[in-house]
Amino acid sequence: MNDTPTKASYWQAAPMAVIFALFFVVPLVVIVVVSFWSYNQYSITPAFILSNYTDIFHGCFAQLPGLCTTFATYLQTLIFCAEVWALTLVIGFAIAYFLVFEVRSQTMQIVLALVCTIPFWTSNVIRMISWIPLLGRNGLVNQMLLSLGIVHKPLEWLLYSHFSVLLAFVHLNTVFMIVPILNSMARIDRSLIEAAHDSGASGWQTLWNVLVPLSKPGIAIGSIFVITIVMGDYITIGIMGGQQIASVGKVIQVQTNFLQFPLAAANAVVLLACVLGLIWALTRLVDIRKEL
Amino acid sequence: MRTGGDLELFHLTKRYGDTVAVRDLNHLIAPGTYVCLLGPSGCGKSSTLRMIAGHESVSEGAILLDKADISKLPPARRGTAMMFQSYALFPHLSVRDNVAFSLKMKGVAKAERHARVDELLELVDMSRYAARRPDQLSGGQQQRVALARALITQPKVLLLDEPLSALDPFLRIRMRAELKRLQRELGITFIHVTHGQDEALALADEVIVMNNAVIEQAGDPREVFNSPRTEFVARFLGGHNVIRRGARAFAVRSDRIVLRRGGGTEFDAAVCGIEYQGATVHLALKTPADEELSVVLPDRDFFSQPLEIGDTAGVAWAEEDVHVLAN
Repeated sequence: MNDTPTKASYWQAAPMAVIFALFFVVPLVVIVVVSFWSYNQYSITPAFILSNYTDIFHGCFAQLPGLCTTFATYLQTLIFCAEVWALTLVIGFAIAYFLVFEVRSQTMQIVLALVCTIPFWTSNVIRMISWIPLLGRNGLVNQMLLSLGIVHKPLEWLLYSHFSVLLAFVHLNTVFMIVPILNSMARIDRSLIEAAHDSGASGWQTLWNVLVPLSKPGIAIGSIFVITIVMGDYITIGIMGGQQIASVGKVIQVQTNFLQFPLAAANAVVLLACVLGLIWALTRLVDIRKEL
Repeated sequence: MRTGGDLELFHLTKRYGDTVAVRDLNHLIAPGTYVCLLGPSGCGKSSTLRMIAGHESVSEGAILLDKADISKLPPARRGTAMMFQSYALFPHLSVRDNVAFSLKMKGVAKAERHARVDELLELVDMSRYAARRPDQLSGGQQQRVALARALITQPKVLLLDEPLSALDPFLRIRMRAELKRLQRELGITFIHVTHGQDEALALADEVIVMNNAVIEQAGDPREVFNSPRTEFVARFLGGHNVIRRGARAFAVRSDRIVLRRGGGTEFDAAVCGIEYQGATVHLALKTPADEELSVVLPDRDFFSQPLEIGDTAGVAWAEEDVHVLAN
């Protein structure tokens, strides 16, 4: 009862710390530990071997500049990541700008922001599957294009392709950009825009010199969301790619299916290192802690 | 006399839907004048300023600067610059980059930009702080930066939207002296929106009192204070008593009222409040007609014949101190 203020704050932080430790730190430690174990077709043995890691990169460095499977998969995933990031950033920024600066009444702003989150009322997988009747060989889009005479045979690249994966990623993840950017933008004093205008800045100059720099924290947080989701994804790439497109997440999933847990764990650790590297680079650009 | 740099408001009107914020304003402001737009909130003074700046569209009429209509031009091409109420400094830019902003937008080379910025920071005495961010500055310092940023565009007219309202009273008095000094040195027109009459009287070469979307009275501050044209002006400027005689109303300055014991006065009134203010004493009196009167007496006059609450005194004034008010 007579706890000092410091002690009291430790108690207040304790529930979150326990949850964090149980569901994040412990599993992470387990993964790192297992990544050094040895395995064969029917058993996993505690050990300390590096062969899981060397297996991942087997022959990769000797083969350079040609790409081994691992490097090709990472490259593929990074390309997706870059494309999704760029698209969600542009679309998310535009929507956030519209909501903050073009919609006048605050009620309407809140309503429209909620509308943006409506897709989240259904599961990810259902939202992905609902693209299939639209994009399939005999889907609505192809039927329309055929009947309008724009194409003469159904487009094959609409579904189970790089395009459809990208489309689904953007569809699923744009909201993760909208919300943090919206939050940053809403804090921008409108008189700053007038002041920029007063100083002779054009619309684009105001955007580039005032709005983008002041939205940077939101952009950084949204980017972290999108990058971590895309880097670890295997469901979207699986469903929308027709199980034909490789990604790092997919590799890990396949390995766990074959009970190659140590190998999958090693892959996960490498992936985690990559994602942390990307986020570290981002935080070098923007000091997020300052803005929270 | 019409010389270069004069600003003319011609039938200037601003409507928001059905409400009229500014109604048919006609006024000529001579170049190099310190003008104070004075009025209560919602009187249309801010809308007028924002129309001159170009941040609000003009519903009807024109704004002429140097005889050219500027009311359709973008803000930066009008020859005006605005200093915003909250200063609107860019929080992500240093003081130097804030001041240089308009030059950067114009594509002026960095070396020239910095030379001009240094000049202006010198003018507002902020050179030491060039590398700081706005959030590392005090209110007064932020205001100086905002001033420098507005002045770097070399405006003919500087528009100030309640520039002193964010400062504490002590700083307010210091900054207003600074504003006046700057205006004298630069010789350009300042239009300063305020709801503080003391600020307006202290600063202005010309006071424009606005109420209900129109100009109530404009002129030399002394003239406006000494002979208010309407009851509103007399009451808003303060220091006046508005006295009614039937349909007529007139104003007498509080410090021109004489209190006497005995006859020869207009009427008797009861003292209901006494406030000692140092050099003066403020008295509140109630007339038999239940009107409130305020009287300001020099402390010596009051204490030579002190009054108590509840005392009755004869109220008198000289004929030349009476100003008949328009209905």
